Amino acid sequence: MLAQYADIPAGVSAATVPAPFQVISKCQDTPDTYTFELEGRSGTPLEFLPGQCTMLSRGGFGEVPISISGDPDAPERLWHTVRSLGLRTAAICASEPGDVLGVRGPWGQPWPVEYLEGSDVVIAAGGIGLAPLRSAILWLLARRDRYGRLLLLYGARTPDQLVYADQLQAWQERGLEVLVTVDSAGPEWLGNVGVVTKLARRAALDAPRTAVLCCGPEVMMKFMVDTLLHLGLGSERIYVSMERNMQCGIGHCGHCQLGPTLICKHGPVYRWSRIQPWIDVKEL
Amino acid sequence: MQALEQLISASPVFEGMQEKHLKLIADCGRSIEVDADKYLFRASGAADMFWLIRTGTIALELHGAGRGAVVIETLHAGEVVGWSWLFAPYRLQFDGRAIEPCSLVAFDAPRLRAKCDEDHELGYQLMQRFAAHMAVALTATRMQLLDVYGNARAVR
Repeated sequence: MLAQYADIPAGVSAATVPAPFQVISKCQDTPDTYTFELEGRSGTPLEFLPGQCTMLSRGGFGEVPISISGDPDAPERLWHTVRSLGLRTAAICASEPGDVLGVRGPWGQPWPVEYLEGSDVVIAAGGIGLAPLRSAILWLLARRDRYGRLLLLYGARTPDQLVYADQLQAWQERGLEVLVTVDSAGPEWLGNVGVVTKLARRAALDAPRTAVLCCGPEVMMKFMVDTLLHLGLGSERIYVSMERNMQCGIGHCGHCQLGPTLICKHGPVYRWSRIQPWIDVKEL
Repeated sequence: MQALEQLISASPVFEGMQEKHLKLIADCGRSIEVDADKYLFRASGAADMFWLIRTGTIALELHGAGRGAVVIETLHAGEVVGWSWLFAPYRLQFDGRAIEPCSLVAFDAPRLRAKCDEDHELGYQLMQRFAAHMAVALTATRMQLLDVYGNARAVR
């Protein structure tokens, strides 16, 4: 085991030292995206709420904030879906079962799933943005009778970029309506083609009783929120998960500051009405 | 109100139009069926029709050299297919293929254009609705151009 993943010595904060987690399984979701199932070496489950993230690392390559994609009701196994985009994520994606990764967390404000009981809930996801929403989907489906209509609107670039494609059917059978679209496809694809916002227009939402959990590239979220507001939803009922240059994960370093908030501490989940004033400020 | 008028008025594009205008539009329409995998229209053909989808899905396709067919967009029940009929030279831009059995209302475009020339209020109402429809499509196209799911964060 690498030195930095040794047991945390007395007097050192667990918030600043990664805990060792072993890779139990690895699944390739798309050509550049993998889902890892991890187990803590300590044997203590990492309790978390849907939408929270951890700082994930492979020794020698630095940390990245990655949302937890697992089942909040089964915290003994930690699930992370990681897209290989740079040095750090590529190193994590190269990990194999048996390897050890470092985990700090969980951090951040979760999706307000308990607060939304009684509502219709729309899950609006773009690309790998479905990963931070998977834990919310599992939470909602485990308590299906407490919610009204549950609807997933999911868009990706191409059919081979859809994550969790093998799980959509099972979610549908448990009471989640699923609408999927891709930006472009060949003629062999028999599903929807078009931007994800178009799915919202087709969904016949009951605006006053609908709340939205949205995650994806920031541009996609802005377009999606514009569409939802146009359809009559209130900005107080729309929640987004933000991403910035998160470093410490505990609100100390300030790298992830956006306006008056720190994404790692006050986010990553925000009400749209709270974060909207800062999103369009180019300098931030 | 006749069945075709009712059908048309339920579509988001024609929703809220006056009954007399719906009747004029319905007079130009007829119901058609298209089998799965059959082409409803081909690019470069005369845009002398446009369609309202009742059931099924139509894929708009482009063919590029060496790329084969690329699906640009799929259109579904309640949506209109085609706006090239509104503007000279009245030529279709894409192929339209049924990816499942489809029921549609096909409209005689030259006839409806002539009615718009006679009744400018009808023309204005139609143009306003199709302009809004095109604005949504333009925004969607810009979103696709942005390639929002691309590799924007290579630092990670």
